[in-house]
Amino acid sequence: MSKDIKIKKGLNIRLNGEAGKTLSKAPRSRTFVIRPSEFHLITPKLVVKEGAKLKAGDVIFYSKAEEKIKFVSPVSGIVQKIERGAKRVITEIVIEADQKDDYLDHGVASIVSMDENEIKNHLLATGCWPFIKQRPYDIIANPDIKPKAIFVSAFSTAPLAADFDFTLMGKEKELQAAVSAVSKLTDGVLNVGVGKNSKSIFEGLKDISVLTVTGIHPAGNVGTLINKLDPVNKGEVVWTISPQDLVVIGELLLTGKFNAERIVALSGSSVKNPKYYTTKIGSEVSTILYTSGLKEEHVRIIDGNVLSGNKITPKGHLGYYTNTVTVIPEGDDYEFFGWNKPIFNKLSVTRALTFSWLQPKKKYDLNTNTNGEHRAFVVTGSFEKVFPLDILPMQILKACKYEDLDEMEALGMYEVAPEDFALTEFICVSKQPHQDIIRKGLDLMYKEIG
Amino acid sequence: MGLKSNLHQLKEKYKGTKMAPAFNALHTFLYLPNETTHGGTHIKAADDLKRTMNTVIMALLPCLIYGMFNAGYQHYLALGDIEAAKGFFGSTFWTWDNLVIGMWKVLPLVIISYGVGLAVEFLFAVIKGHEVEEGYLVTGMLVPLIVPIDIPLWMLTVAVIFGVVIGKEVFGGTGMNILNPALTIRAFLFFAYPTWMSGDKVWVHGAVERDQLIAAGENLDAISGETILGAYAQNNAVVYDYWDMFWGLIPGSVGETSKFLIIIGALFLIFTKIGSWRIIVSTLIGALVMGLIFNGVVDAGWIGETNKFYGLMNVPFWQHLIIGSILFGAVYMATDPVTASQTNKGKWIYGFLIGFVSIMIRVFNPAYPEGVFLAILLMNVFAPTIDHYVVQANVKRRMKRLKVKTN
Repeated sequence: MSKDIKIKKGLNIRLNGEAGKTLSKAPRSRTFVIRPSEFHLITPKLVVKEGAKLKAGDVIFYSKAEEKIKFVSPVSGIVQKIERGAKRVITEIVIEADQKDDYLDHGVASIVSMDENEIKNHLLATGCWPFIKQRPYDIIANPDIKPKAIFVSAFSTAPLAADFDFTLMGKEKELQAAVSAVSKLTDGVLNVGVGKNSKSIFEGLKDISVLTVTGIHPAGNVGTLINKLDPVNKGEVVWTISPQDLVVIGELLLTGKFNAERIVALSGSSVKNPKYYTTKIGSEVSTILYTSGLKEEHVRIIDGNVLSGNKITPKGHLGYYTNTVTVIPEGDDYEFFGWNKPIFNKLSVTRALTFSWLQPKKKYDLNTNTNGEHRAFVVTGSFEKVFPLDILPMQILKACKYEDLDEMEALGMYEVAPEDFALTEFICVSKQPHQDIIRKGLDLMYKEIG
Repeated sequence: MGLKSNLHQLKEKYKGTKMAPAFNALHTFLYLPNETTHGGTHIKAADDLKRTMNTVIMALLPCLIYGMFNAGYQHYLALGDIEAAKGFFGSTFWTWDNLVIGMWKVLPLVIISYGVGLAVEFLFAVIKGHEVEEGYLVTGMLVPLIVPIDIPLWMLTVAVIFGVVIGKEVFGGTGMNILNPALTIRAFLFFAYPTWMSGDKVWVHGAVERDQLIAAGENLDAISGETILGAYAQNNAVVYDYWDMFWGLIPGSVGETSKFLIIIGALFLIFTKIGSWRIIVSTLIGALVMGLIFNGVVDAGWIGETNKFYGLMNVPFWQHLIIGSILFGAVYMATDPVTASQTNKGKWIYGFLIGFVSIMIRVFNPAYPEGVFLAILLMNVFAPTIDHYVVQANVKRRMKRLKVKTN
């Protein structure tokens, strides 16, 4: 029995450079990198030293606050370097791959007979736990708190994001194993959002409740599903997992090996041949960038999608959670009278001499220019049009800015993650960093309330 | 290319200095800056605050141009030099002579408004080290449109300085102010120099001057520049017909007389999605409801024809929209997003009360028979309260959800 969710408020940002539905194997990456900063609020405690030999699946570090949460190596090789930044914070752990693919064998798990605790401990011990995130706070899940439900979104609506129907093809066995195991960790249900007009692999699986989602972005954001189906109240916890991470979990359960392989979309208007690649977590993005080729030199490489991804350099590495790499032109040039002349080549939700409303289906080549300077909030009423959650977006942003914890809590801070505010940030005429404001607000709440 | 790179070098030179905000304000006027995104969304929509404000200015320009012609037209009409124009395209309205008078009187108002206001803005930006924000672009255009044509320029200067400093900068600049700065300026003028802001002499260029000449003993006819509201308040006969009021061939503040052009401006603002249609519509509804109530009072015979409120109460309710400045206030003033209610539901309440209170003040305050700006300022103060209750409704819904669960 599937439920329907329809999202009318939002905005589909159509960009050029969608990844073609062809899959290649990415050239082998020489080094792999794990960036602890991707695991928000986790302080890493290293268990390996530079020069240590690792198998794929060997523990590199664990969380200082919760020792049970372990982080493992995606490949076999040698710890080449541990990069530290200001105050000796570990910024990168560089692993030189030995190209042998030696896996640490955890043994095949018998999912049917394992109980809740055994599954939990298995996921913790094998380094799969960091794939499970929780709301409130949008951080790695606390293993000691049982969630009321688990949410997965297999409907991609973000601009140029990888299409899950394509990247998950042929992974029924792994996904079924993962959802059967993970669904034991909650008393509620494991909800999976799928696009109504697509044939999702999830529709044939057991142990889940399928939500049929229609509408425009952010219909595919997991936060939207949660808010529409079962919002997080004070004191409640829900977990979220990405479908591509379920594949890793599933394979580990079935084979006993931590296989960090995943299918990544390389997209964006600066890419000559945008398409899908099979690669691994933490691999060098240059391997796929040079295979597809870039149209120009001066580009922004984004680990993730254009709305919520991280900026990386051409020498950078694929993130732990991403399944999309986007390359768009940098926009660090001046534009003569750019603030008052009619605009045809940029997207806008107003009609203030901006003409994108004439061609709703047009695809754009947007660059990274902010199209204006940072200002105080002035315009009201525009965020609500692209924000489907039953939350007042501007009021909660302001509450975060003046750090009023009571108000943040009352306005629904437990329900949100930074990515829910990506569209409001995109359209903000005051160019305020909404996602950053929400992230800081969540961090403050976590610190003060916990 | 030369200008672009030269300006870029200058920008680098000024970076970090006190003068940087002032330079950047001029630089970004010419060029959209080369700023790029860092974290968060890597792409941004095309609109910025400058474009938003510029759209409002575009919606105001027809009113300004019309105001210039009307200044000359009212002047020559009062002197008896020309015939009354018939309709919007009347031959005696769009004349060179009218425009010359209008430019002579109105452009100084515009120059003073922008010159003084922006000077104060730049000064604050340099002292406080923040960027020059665009809010004043609209305020500076509104101010000349809502003052009487003959207002002495020094008064305007004083008022603009007061309005920008007290109405906005003390709160922290654009986006932080509680009161609409343009209306703060008008309120200052109204209470500091009432003889220049009301009565039947200030709305037509030359009327005050002519009075002074008569007082000095010259044998001339006085110019009457009585507004329609003034006539109603005094229970006098109104000499203009509805079409004059609609097209704007009447005395009044510089830019608010032509209801036709204000409606065009309103449609433009709503179409571009810059102005809030909720506020505009609800303000007009509020005004109509109050008008209907007063009509009802008259129909019920509760007040007699000799009552001093009879004239205004008896105005058919729909006529309130085409006399006075309620339409201008609803479209350009009440919709200021910073000082209005910020929630969509709040906007309905806020607008309705503005319209309602405007007509109430209009009727019960016959000495100064226009209440729109006072009503908007009053509701500016109450907008956060309205929002508070709207926000509480959202909060309560969330609390209820939790309660249902725990019970």
